[in-house]
Amino acid sequence: MNNTINNTRRLVTSRGIHLLVCSLSIITSIPLVFIIGKVFFEGIHNLNLQFITKPTPNTFNAMIAINNGENIPGGIANGIVGSFIMLILASIIAIPIGILCGTYLAENRHNKFAKCISYMTDLLQGTPSIIIGIVVYAWVVIPSHGYSAIAGSIALAVMMLPLIVRSTEEALKMLPDSLKESSLALGGSYGKTILKVLLPSASGSIFTGVLLAVSRVVGETAPITFTALGCSMVHWNIDQPMSSIPLLIWQFYNDPILQPLVWSASLFLLIFVLFINISAKIINNKSKK
Amino acid sequence: MSNNIIEIKNLNISYSSNVLSVKNVNANIIKNEITAIMGPSGCGKSTLLRAINRMHDLYNNIKVDGQIFLNGTDIMKMQAIDVRRKIGMVFQRPNPFPNMSIAENVLAGYTLNGLHLNKHEKAEIIERCLKSVGLWEEVKDVQTKKGTFLSGGQQQRLCIARALALQPEVLLMDEPTSALDPIATARIEELLLELKKDVSIIIVTHNMGQAKRIAYNSMFMYLGELIEYGDTQKLFNNPMHEQTKSYLAGHVG
Ligand SMILES: Nc1ncnc2c1ncn2[C@@H]1O[C@H](COP(=O)(O)OP(=O)(O)OP(=O)(O)O)[C@@H](O)[C@H]1O
Ligand SMILES: [Mg+2]
Repeated sequence: MNNTINNTRRLVTSRGIHLLVCSLSIITSIPLVFIIGKVFFEGIHNLNLQFITKPTPNTFNAMIAINNGENIPGGIANGIVGSFIMLILASIIAIPIGILCGTYLAENRHNKFAKCISYMTDLLQGTPSIIIGIVVYAWVVIPSHGYSAIAGSIALAVMMLPLIVRSTEEALKMLPDSLKESSLALGGSYGKTILKVLLPSASGSIFTGVLLAVSRVVGETAPITFTALGCSMVHWNIDQPMSSIPLLIWQFYNDPILQPLVWSASLFLLIFVLFINISAKIINNKSKK
Repeated sequence: MSNNIIEIKNLNISYSSNVLSVKNVNANIIKNEITAIMGPSGCGKSTLLRAINRMHDLYNNIKVDGQIFLNGTDIMKMQAIDVRRKIGMVFQRPNPFPNMSIAENVLAGYTLNGLHLNKHEKAEIIERCLKSVGLWEEVKDVQTKKGTFLSGGQQQRLCIARALALQPEVLLMDEPTSALDPIATARIEELLLELKKDVSIIIVTHNMGQAKRIAYNSMFMYLGELIEYGDTQKLFNNPMHEQTKSYLAGHVG
């Protein structure tokens, strides 16, 4: 008798906990649904070919267009090109350094110096991006006498660095020791073992880490304003000021006439970030198989 | 010339300063034969085996003391890389390099040593090595697939092929069949008997039947000491030491 009651109670408790866990999980996803929904419905009607192929309109032309009841003539092409260039440059800077550093940390786990570097990586990861922007402004923009895409890329690279270091380190630590041993047992040198066996074996996870680092910095606005400044034209000169998508969102927001474009630019950025994240997931799953 | 390929003299190995995991081991390994190392878990079999290709160099807490001669040359005085090219190793779990195809796995020894081969040489080595482990017919049409797609037994044979590609004089094997089913195990045993004409084999095994079937000489180790070493049949049928007897009884009985 007693047993049955106990069992029933246990069943009810476990059902209750299950329900609680489920509903809490749903609550976590509500903000995401709202964000995507809001941005999608507000942004979709301005998101057309012209929007992604034309540079920022000036306020005056936009005002005339609005008065005539037309669409605002212009888009975010300068931001797309700028973001693209700066992300590529930042990756070129951050990937080799990050992978080397991550490899060093994974291979020297008990070394004091490595522990120190590891701790500094954590600190760098926690450094507010605006501070990184200011420092790059002081150390790159001022000495080179001007804002530039290069300065922006350096700021983004500094932010990507700790993420790439960590993902490389974790990916290498996940590999079984026997992999390294069997490479060395074949007479392979230490360097060849890292280059030909360990890093390639971990490449899926490392690449995922790089993509996540990119998606993490693509939305950075503050460090870009300090370093790349922004520019209303599409150009490819990396020693000149350049714009980026989040920078344009900020500019649109500050300009009452251009405000309608905020949502479309946000939608574009959101799609881009989701795309990177999903690719990262797919690559990660593939590499685990 | 003696027919010993390896001579181990006064070998002591410790992982931490005051505990010896291998105690004063002396042994001669006969050329072109299979030598088995047996003993209860933790008795130092792997530790002894890994000293022979200087794997302990990788960890600086490990102290190796004594001498190991390969054809009369002390391996401690050779370059570790040269030692490892001449003394191949196969691990307990099959571990083909996951980033490499079947063919690339076979050639890994060359790649890792920075030795360049032309297309013709590559094809020849791949075919010879895969044939010698009986894998050629099974994989010749899928050479570009990843090695990790093969079954466990096939993977282990691929790892043996990988170790054989550099034509080592000695092959060290640490329980190479313990992760495999009986059929795959039988194939590998057959293969080892086949291979011993080209390479001297030292195999750690928990499986007494295996030692009995394939080993010419066997060692019995206990708590880091080499208790008994000699002809396999003699060691099984007529062990000289109490510890050997009880170990054999415990497992055979
Ligand atoms: N990495 C290590 N660090 C410290 N001690 C170790 C390490 N590896 C092995 N030992 C110790 O050395 C002794 C011998 O270990 P070894 O791995 O050689 O045994 P084994 O005979 O191969 O056992 P098994 O049959 O379980 O593989 C054991 O007492 C073990 O605790
Ligand atoms: Mg062992």
